[in-house]
Amino acid sequence: MNAASETLLSVDGVSLSFGGVKAITDVSFDIRKGEIRAIIGPNGAGKTSMLNVVNGFYHPQHGRITYKGKTRPRMRPYQAASQGIARTFQNVALFRGMTTLDNIMVGRTLKMHRGLFWQMLRYGPAMREEIEHRRVVEDIIDFLQIESIRKTPVGKLPYGLQKRVELGRALAMEPELLLLDEPMAGMNIEEKEDMCRYILDLNKHFGTTIALIEHDMGVVMDLSDRVVVLEYGHKIADGTPEVVKADPKVIEAYLGVGH
Amino acid sequence: MFYRETGQFKQSYAADQAVFPILQDRIGLAIILLVAFVVVPLFGNEFLLASVMVPFLILSLGAIGINILVGYTGLLSLGSAAFMGVGAYSAYKLSTIFPGVNILVWILCSGFFAAGVGVLFGLPSLRIKGFYLAVATLAAQFFLQWCFVRISWLYNDNPSGAIEVPARTLFGIAITGPSATPVTRYLVVLAIVVVMTLLASNIVHGRIGRTWMAVRDMDIAAQLMGIRLLPAKLLAFAVSSFYCGVSGALMVFLWLGAAEPSAFDIKLSFLLLFMVIIGGLGSMIGSFFGAALIHILPIVIRMLPEALGLPIAAATVEHLTYLIVGGLIIFFLIVEPHGLARLWQIAKQKLRVWPFPY
Repeated sequence: MNAASETLLSVDGVSLSFGGVKAITDVSFDIRKGEIRAIIGPNGAGKTSMLNVVNGFYHPQHGRITYKGKTRPRMRPYQAASQGIARTFQNVALFRGMTTLDNIMVGRTLKMHRGLFWQMLRYGPAMREEIEHRRVVEDIIDFLQIESIRKTPVGKLPYGLQKRVELGRALAMEPELLLLDEPMAGMNIEEKEDMCRYILDLNKHFGTTIALIEHDMGVVMDLSDRVVVLEYGHKIADGTPEVVKADPKVIEAYLGVGH
Repeated sequence: MFYRETGQFKQSYAADQAVFPILQDRIGLAIILLVAFVVVPLFGNEFLLASVMVPFLILSLGAIGINILVGYTGLLSLGSAAFMGVGAYSAYKLSTIFPGVNILVWILCSGFFAAGVGVLFGLPSLRIKGFYLAVATLAAQFFLQWCFVRISWLYNDNPSGAIEVPARTLFGIAITGPSATPVTRYLVVLAIVVVMTLLASNIVHGRIGRTWMAVRDMDIAAQLMGIRLLPAKLLAFAVSSFYCGVSGALMVFLWLGAAEPSAFDIKLSFLLLFMVIIGGLGSMIGSFFGAALIHILPIVIRMLPEALGLPIAAATVEHLTYLIVGGLIIFFLIVEPHGLARLWQIAKQKLRVWPFPY
């Protein structure tokens, strides 16, 4: 919200290529604590690749990632997760064989510490831990209003709810930085409105920093504090929604050049 | 009407997180345990105990081991018979080197040896998935079986190449060797299988089980939750091989009495894998269903003509058994590809609303 707040994550001169294909070329941007940062761009611009770099699935050939004041040439998924970066996927990546409750409980994995011995007995410390985390998960279930599907295997849920469960699973990690990859893709208006409300609530009440990729420009311009625009792996614009909207390069990227 | 959870309100998360949250399930489990521990040993004849129940329980334990790996963690393995062999041979070596220690201690310890070997052969699982992993674990199957044949130290240079179980006692009662009665063997096996099943069930219902299932369902998302794939997969290999190892040791010590290396060949691996697939991947009770279908059903079919007084030649009965069991396997897989455990779940679901399903 306030522009003066400190930087949570910054990406410096990151380049990523797969063989001869350059997915990202020398992109730098930063995410400030507590803001909603949108990454937009036409298909194949490298938005998802960028998120994958941030949480360590892809290892960039060049560049640095600074997160919470620590600079690394690249992240590792475990590091990212334990440092409070959570993520949802463009194509829902839930654990399909498990119930909603178990899916969200998996999000608590890093905060649970009882080893095999107590787990085997499922008694005493292990059970106390289980219940303590169940309580947190129930709060998330309340927040997302998915009480009725608690015990339903997620494979059976409609798409919109799956997206919501996936958000819940990310929230269970109590993230400081939440990466949302097209959280509203394929949703109807109502579902989109719900999702927007959750995102805003999260940001306002819990102070979660959010980076989101979205194609619905209305949503992006309304929600986000700042927008970065990628095209063919290059950054072409960066700034508040108003600035970006008026940028001739952005208009060109989206609408093409008038000939 | 009878199986209905209406009115059973959970007052705490502890009650809701229980392994058996429904009262009827708990009663059913208690009845099964009562029958298994009291009724079967009291009224079962020698054949039922020694040739039906003991093998069934031991195979079920092996199936649970494989289910942890294949069903819960999604790692396809064809080396399970070899891991059972590791359990059997290490129990044999330990019990002959240290004859003074109780045999049950060594049977359980042999699981650790199997777990160690399992972890070693599980290392490729980080890079290889699916059918390719199955082929990689085949290496374990062939290599270990080769060891059982070639390394004579493993079978104490016995000229027959087989391991023969020494007679051992527990509280003065013979539990292994020729003098052990079927009843004592059955009770020992039953106790071990029940305890280990409960422990396995606890594991898969807790954090570790969820970790495994997350790896199975979507390993990328699992990594993102902070799950490190290698430790998670290796733990699955370790626990799975532990169960296989104990089951292998039990198989030799309390069922067969002696075993040659060929007892742990790839046929056994396949058999156990089929049990798990038919019984239900990712289900504890499915392991028992699968073992029952593959082990008990043929015995029942073989006995049927005699019991019904049908004059069919023994050879014909044998052929018919194969035909019928094969047919039933196909039938069950078509009706419910997710195994008997899923059928059981559907039946319970139906029972909840019976007799007014609207």
